[in-house]
Amino acid sequence: MTMLSRRVFLKNGAFTLVSMGFAPSFLARTAYAQGARARDKQLIAIFQRGAVDGLSVVVPFGDADYYRARPSIAIQRPGSGNDAAVDLDGFFGFNPRLAPLKPFWDQHALAIVHACGSPDATRSHFDAQDYMETATPGVKSTSDGWLNRYLQARQLEHQTPFRAVSLTQQLPRMLQGTAPATAMSQLSQFDIRGGQSASAGATFESLYAEARDRVLGNTARDAFDAIKMLKGADPSRYQPEHGAEYPRGPFGQALRQIAQLIKADVGLEVAFADVGGWDTHINQGSAQGQLALRLDDFARGIAALVTDLGDRMADVVVLTMSEFGRAVNENGNRGTDHGHGNAMMAIGGGVRGGKVYGRWPGLSIERRYDRRDLAITTDFRDVFGEVVVRHLGVNDARPIFPGYAISSARFPGLFA
Amino acid sequence: MTAWIARTLLFGVAIAVLPGDDAAVRHAVDRLSFGARAGDVEHVKAIGIDRYLDEQLHPERLPDAGLDARLAEFTTLQLTSREIAEKFELPQQLARRAAAANGNASDFKPNPAEQQRANTPILELQEQKVLRAVYSTRQLQEVLVDFWFNHFNVDARKGADRFMLTEYERDAIRPHVLGKFRDLLGATAKSPAMLFYLDNWMSVDPNGLHVAFPRARIPLQNQNAPKGLNENYGRELMELHTLGVDGGYTQQDVTEVARAFTGWTIDQPRQGGGFRFDPRRHDDGKKLVLGHVVNGGGQRDGEQVLEILAKHPSTARFIATKLVRRFVSDTPPPALVDRAAARFKATDGDLREVMRTILTSTEFFAAEAYHAKVKTPFEFVVSAARATDAEIHDARVLVRQIAELGEPLYQCQPPTGYKDTADAWVNTGALVGRMNFGLALAANKLRGVVVSNAEPDGVALGRPEFQRR
Repeated sequence: MTMLSRRVFLKNGAFTLVSMGFAPSFLARTAYAQGARARDKQLIAIFQRGAVDGLSVVVPFGDADYYRARPSIAIQRPGSGNDAAVDLDGFFGFNPRLAPLKPFWDQHALAIVHACGSPDATRSHFDAQDYMETATPGVKSTSDGWLNRYLQARQLEHQTPFRAVSLTQQLPRMLQGTAPATAMSQLSQFDIRGGQSASAGATFESLYAEARDRVLGNTARDAFDAIKMLKGADPSRYQPEHGAEYPRGPFGQALRQIAQLIKADVGLEVAFADVGGWDTHINQGSAQGQLALRLDDFARGIAALVTDLGDRMADVVVLTMSEFGRAVNENGNRGTDHGHGNAMMAIGGGVRGGKVYGRWPGLSIERRYDRRDLAITTDFRDVFGEVVVRHLGVNDARPIFPGYAISSARFPGLFA
Repeated sequence: MTAWIARTLLFGVAIAVLPGDDAAVRHAVDRLSFGARAGDVEHVKAIGIDRYLDEQLHPERLPDAGLDARLAEFTTLQLTSREIAEKFELPQQLARRAAAANGNASDFKPNPAEQQRANTPILELQEQKVLRAVYSTRQLQEVLVDFWFNHFNVDARKGADRFMLTEYERDAIRPHVLGKFRDLLGATAKSPAMLFYLDNWMSVDPNGLHVAFPRARIPLQNQNAPKGLNENYGRELMELHTLGVDGGYTQQDVTEVARAFTGWTIDQPRQGGGFRFDPRRHDDGKKLVLGHVVNGGGQRDGEQVLEILAKHPSTARFIATKLVRRFVSDTPPPALVDRAAARFKATDGDLREVMRTILTSTEFFAAEAYHAKVKTPFEFVVSAARATDAEIHDARVLVRQIAELGEPLYQCQPPTGYKDTADAWVNTGALVGRMNFGLALAANKLRGVVVSNAEPDGVALGRPEFQRR
């Protein structure tokens, strides 16, 4: 959809209410529901590499075993001071460092799936990330990632070079495959830069246009189109809107650039960013300390993104994931070792938020996986599957999840 | 030179053959090396393609003193994994343990300088790969080391593998690339790098003696105590290393192969220990693999499986297909694959002879094979350095460029290795990156790499023709 038609669309009917500022506008998703099929949807996938401790992010304060297992690093029950959990539903609470995301929960735009993960038993970061990105747990030789298989499954008529962009140095496994996808860590660097002659870009463009090499010629045409589109959008002069303030670190900057691309209407459909520092074996901390610092950056980044995108969140889902959770018991170094089940978050105008999805298996020893970790009650492929089907609008998700009988009956129900 | 023309006549195949000596020579140099340096084409024209091929198939006869001098400064290249672990890993482990003993574990912060130092072995390995590719006279050997490492891929980022790859490439891969496939397969199967990467070191007979004697010391890794059979290696051994995914094996075969390899483990992986067979972990029962009874007992079970796989016709075909894809075209001509596979079988997997069959074939010299391959980022960067006669003072600059173009060296995550077809490498970001690299290299904007020739210039390095080989 072009910038112009979107503006026109926004001025129509139901959106008047929104634009008059009666409510946080992307909440007016019911207003969008009619035209949902016709419009472009976007997915922003965020990978927390290193296995975040989901029990410290979405805290099961209503489960007494949580406090027994974590004498020194538990997040305290809501109401017990500044460092206490932020109550969500009387059983779960946010780590207080996630407070910037609480408004989205209150607006029913943020949902959580807890006790979610991979059926594979591995506790290797390396293998588990691989499985989460290929969505084929236990099968190492899958050549492409599930997001790329989504791109393959749904070829668009008017596809731009910005359809799938990863704000990372290298293309993540999730986006690798035969469908075009691009990694660019800095939008401003995506250009032909100098050399001895300032006109090198134009020279290359004509060289490739005249070449009989169709494969390289077509890719080069896309590349020069992309360069021109970016120049038109002028990323260097980007100003976030609605008072959004992105943290200065690389994660915040990656999200800021994703917002830029979405607002530039260059055809972005799938974006990816990752953020590390979650492997807290030693001195994890609770509401303060190592993990809290990372969560602060994480939450402020996502809050800025959602705020900045404003109305556009009606078409966007932000999905967070991490390869596995951490052991229920804290270890001898006030940290946590590699575990199993974890929490995922989905934020967006179409998300049925304000709810923690998934059956809670409990934390008593006999209910744990291997008697040590949070058990899994939702396969992560059911979350990915629901996003792909109900948000991105794929009819047949089976080719995206080979070896898995994907079925809407098992979807958590994140979307109406 | 006349040999390939004669062969065309002999086979009588209607394949358009490259016209004239020049194109054929340029093509041969493009494929047997990492791209022509100034004078290479003239040299091969002078001695003839046949002699050039013969020289390259016998790298041990080619002096390479210039390269040796360049590699002399890298002190880790000759070390064993154990020595590397002692020198670069142990200091950090000890500091961590000392902090824990003093009750300060929670405040332990790894010393950044020490951490930097721990990266030395992998950095040096990456640098040597680039320097060998640019400067070695034994170009075909380097092309093949790249091919076979990728075939038996191990990712440096998986735990202890970061200090095992120096030894892996040097002792398991390099000596065998023009030798017998069975030796190469055996060397990788016993390498700690592969045992660790595909988890076989933790694969145990669930009912083995180690269960009866639980006090027996079994190393722990990531809280992943060995609990039973791990099929990873068994599966990839057949799917990726030998038979190929359609090679005719079943899940039952995977399980049986995994049983045969129980007990193939590593002696102290954190300390860089070597291969060890542990009979207490081994399932000594009878196995049935691809219709063959395996009952050698102990370590011989695994050896017997390697024997069966190396001799299997699917392996000959799978290896032939991959080599033809690398050296001829993304769509391997079936007739050539047939002949290369037949040669593999007839010579008991002699890789030098298989290479000779491929590199002297009419299909290799066919017009449609010319420039049919898109260079990988590694091939592109190295060929640019060769074409410009670049003097590399700091190879890390090129290592970083190769990573930015999408092929971080020794860091390919899946065991499939990097793909060897154009679709993996042709995308907008990478293409813009290649143009920029060519411009920067030619304009001497890469610190640590000096180019003094005016030709080829940056535009020549970025143009479509230079992206192909």
